[in-house]
Amino acid sequence: MTESVLSTLSLIILFLPLLGFTVVILLGKRFPKLYLFEVAILTIAFILSVVVMYSKLAYYLNSDIISSFNWITIGAAPLAGVINIELGIKIDNVTVIMLFVVNLISMLVHIFSIEYMHGDQRYTRYFANLGLFTFSMLGIVLTHNLLMMYIFWELVGLSSYLLIGHWYEKKSAADAAKKAFIVNRIGDIGMFIGILILFTHYKTFTFDTIFAQISQGNIPFNSEAWLTAAGILVFMGAVGKSAQFPLHVWLPDAMEGPTPVSALIHAATMVAAGVYLVTRIFVMLTADAMLVIAVVGAFTSLVAATIALTQNDIKKVLAYSTVSQLGYMIMSLGVGAYVFAFFHLVTHAFFKACLFLGAGSVIHAMHHEQDIRNMGGLRKKLPLTYATFLISTIAISGIPLTSGFLSKDGILAGTLAFGKLTGHWLIPIMGFTVAAMTAFYMFRLVIMTFHGEPRDHHKYDHAHESPWVMVGPLVVLAALSIFIWYTPNPLSPDAGWFMKEWVKTPSTVVPESSRFEFMQSASHETEVHGEVVHSPLYTETMHWAHYPAMGMSILLAGLGILFAFLFYQWKKINADNLATKIKPLYNFSLNKWYLDEAYDATAISGTLNFSKILSWFDNKIVDGAVNGAAWLGRFISSLSGLFDTFVVDGLVNFTAFFSGFIGLAFRKLQTGKVQTYIVFVVFAVIILLLFFKPF
Amino acid sequence: MTLYDIIFYLFAVITIASAFVVVTTRNVIYSGFTLLFTFFGVAGIYVLLGADFLAIVQIMVYVGGILILILFGVMLTNKITDVDIRTGTIHLLPAAIGVGILFGALTSVMVWTDWKTEPVELPITTTYAIGKELLTNYVLIFELLGILLLVVLIGAASIARSDKE
Amino acid sequence: MAQVGLTHFLVVSSILFSLGIYGIITRKNAVMVLMGIELILNSANINFVAFSKYGNLGINGQIVALFVIVLAAAEAAIALAIVLNIYKTYANVNVDEIDHLKD
Repeated sequence: MTESVLSTLSLIILFLPLLGFTVVILLGKRFPKLYLFEVAILTIAFILSVVVMYSKLAYYLNSDIISSFNWITIGAAPLAGVINIELGIKIDNVTVIMLFVVNLISMLVHIFSIEYMHGDQRYTRYFANLGLFTFSMLGIVLTHNLLMMYIFWELVGLSSYLLIGHWYEKKSAADAAKKAFIVNRIGDIGMFIGILILFTHYKTFTFDTIFAQISQGNIPFNSEAWLTAAGILVFMGAVGKSAQFPLHVWLPDAMEGPTPVSALIHAATMVAAGVYLVTRIFVMLTADAMLVIAVVGAFTSLVAATIALTQNDIKKVLAYSTVSQLGYMIMSLGVGAYVFAFFHLVTHAFFKACLFLGAGSVIHAMHHEQDIRNMGGLRKKLPLTYATFLISTIAISGIPLTSGFLSKDGILAGTLAFGKLTGHWLIPIMGFTVAAMTAFYMFRLVIMTFHGEPRDHHKYDHAHESPWVMVGPLVVLAALSIFIWYTPNPLSPDAGWFMKEWVKTPSTVVPESSRFEFMQSASHETEVHGEVVHSPLYTETMHWAHYPAMGMSILLAGLGILFAFLFYQWKKINADNLATKIKPLYNFSLNKWYLDEAYDATAISGTLNFSKILSWFDNKIVDGAVNGAAWLGRFISSLSGLFDTFVVDGLVNFTAFFSGFIGLAFRKLQTGKVQTYIVFVVFAVIILLLFFKPF
Repeated sequence: MTLYDIIFYLFAVITIASAFVVVTTRNVIYSGFTLLFTFFGVAGIYVLLGADFLAIVQIMVYVGGILILILFGVMLTNKITDVDIRTGTIHLLPAAIGVGILFGALTSVMVWTDWKTEPVELPITTTYAIGKELLTNYVLIFELLGILLLVVLIGAASIARSDKE
Repeated sequence: MAQVGLTHFLVVSSILFSLGIYGIITRKNAVMVLMGIELILNSANINFVAFSKYGNLGINGQIVALFVIVLAAAEAAIALAIVLNIYKTYANVNVDEIDHLKD
């Protein structure tokens, strides 16, 4: 399997979903069974991605495969000279793992949707949109430059809009789609400015070229402030796409879309795109940028966890949980724990998708009931769904023997090390708090949905386990949440191939003065055990932090689960009484920290008022100018009309009058009398005589 | 002043005076009868010019034929029972001016031109000469005139015929 | 006055001619117009005969004058026939009232 074959296969994987989208969207109305074609395409893409992943990790473990071509050459740009814009793909270990993840979850969602969306009026178009989304996401994963990343970034936003607003007859769904797109756009402004800063200085979009330039000391406009700014601005895109505070408000509303869509986009893949972006630009982040990222991630996870405590819609709980876990990933990148962040991205994709699809199964069985206060006791009716849902919940809570435990533990260790190395202790405190809250609200969800007595007997009686088409994907995803795929030692991720061999923290290229001293730079490579690691300081600190972090996280998770059982299963503490006692806090949490209202009052009202002013301007002044021009035109034409009537017509009439007058005058010559004519003859003869003068 | 001149002036005056009366008088009968004198005057001038045959023909045809015709025309086309038959005139002023100028022009031409006069010896009696010419050099015209007169005869009769249909 | 010569006859003829034209132009009665025509013809005849004697026409002048007389007769006959016809149609022979060529 040569490198070029691998790149070709990757390109095929990229374009297969696009082919599926085009075929289904064009012919879907006539051949309703074409959705099977789409599902088949995704299956092929998945199989190919398995092949690619295997080849890369087996044969090209330590090298990157890059395939690019020169798209546009601007020969004589002013002030810049020759500019080459390249497009291409970069395949490294992170890429192939992401390919596997995206294709697997996309395929499973396709299969799940066959049954879940059965009977929907836009069935085939749904599948087409899923194909378009997969294509866009794969584009983000495979790209080797910022321009292509931005193009596919926007495409992913578009696909998300189409899918969230699938039931666009519902006003809430259409509004949610708009909200998602607009809030993403706000983040994209920052990203675009960041890209432009980099392009202006380096005259290229390609990642590797830019990083090489930075490592040689060529930083934007020769100031570290600009480098930090570029890093933070590009991170803004991730803030929008990965629903970080303050741009997280779209993700809960996006639950208006069909549940498989939530599973694919808003749990596993699209929101992970932001994390993926940060991993791509990780090497150029200065210390200040990393601190900002860490704080944003930590704060986001805290806010989301507090809100998830009180939500009653099954999908909203999962949505806020997603925001919280994304905050974890971002926080992890900010503190420098690159590998754990990516690890968590992969494990979260699996168990969150399993949770969402499980919720879909529950909703489908309960005939579109989503409020957990009306559920209960479903474990008897939906055993398989319950089993997979429980496994995923254990994973997200960070209980040992799961993949989630490994990744979350690593992140928390990283934050602890960061705190020790830099003195920013608030970040690990927030991280551990969130771990406790996560365990609590996830088990609350499980208990209220599956345990206890059913609260709505009518729906309960009609509920039944979903067919294999829906349960199969659940089983697969739950299986992937077990530790065994990632490391042989359930308690130590370091021993596993995922951590040791497949994914390595890249060396930062940022100049020494602006990075944390524990960040390894390319010019300080220290070979320890045959692999490139962080500086010795960092490795030491991580070793110190490992076991305390593990211990604390298990303890806090256990506490959270205990409280959940106390509140909801054993009913020792009455949740409602507690809620009434701390009513302001409860309302604050239930109403999502009143953020939507705050935005409405400030940004949205401001924009609407501004647009009212502009509309007034347009109506009065611009239209006034146009109307004035029209009035002027009409006035001039009426003047010209007057001229035409009086002068031109007057001339014509006068000519007619004149000829009539002459005619009348000459008519008198025609007397009809011969003698008159003879007189004229005589006169003519006289005149002739006068002319010729014969005398 | 030979006798020739006196007789010439006499006949000229007769002719011109009666012609003048013909064209100016309002009375149709007067005009018709004065025409008679004009013709006689012209015949006299012919004699003075040595055209004896022509003078007699003038009197016979003009006076005996045409004048009678004119008088018949006058009588048939006017209400002859009226005592005084008057007719009006038109275009007096422009006619006078125009004719006057014309006359002036003609006369000045005739007077100031240097005519080449080659007095030709005319025969004393022109009858023989005219007759001879008519039947030799001008025989075609002579015959055609005969036919013309026949046609005129038929034509005039048919035009003046009253339609009884 | 000089000896009567060609010029005198020509002057007479031109006087007659002018008077004839005058008669044609000014007279309302059709018959009187005819009289004017006769005057003109006579003046032309005098011209011919005068030149026949004083010019180099010879006898040809008189022959032509003879023809003119014949034609004048023919023409007078036809003209009077027409005048009679007009009288039948219009009950008068005023030429200035026969103006249907007007307009």
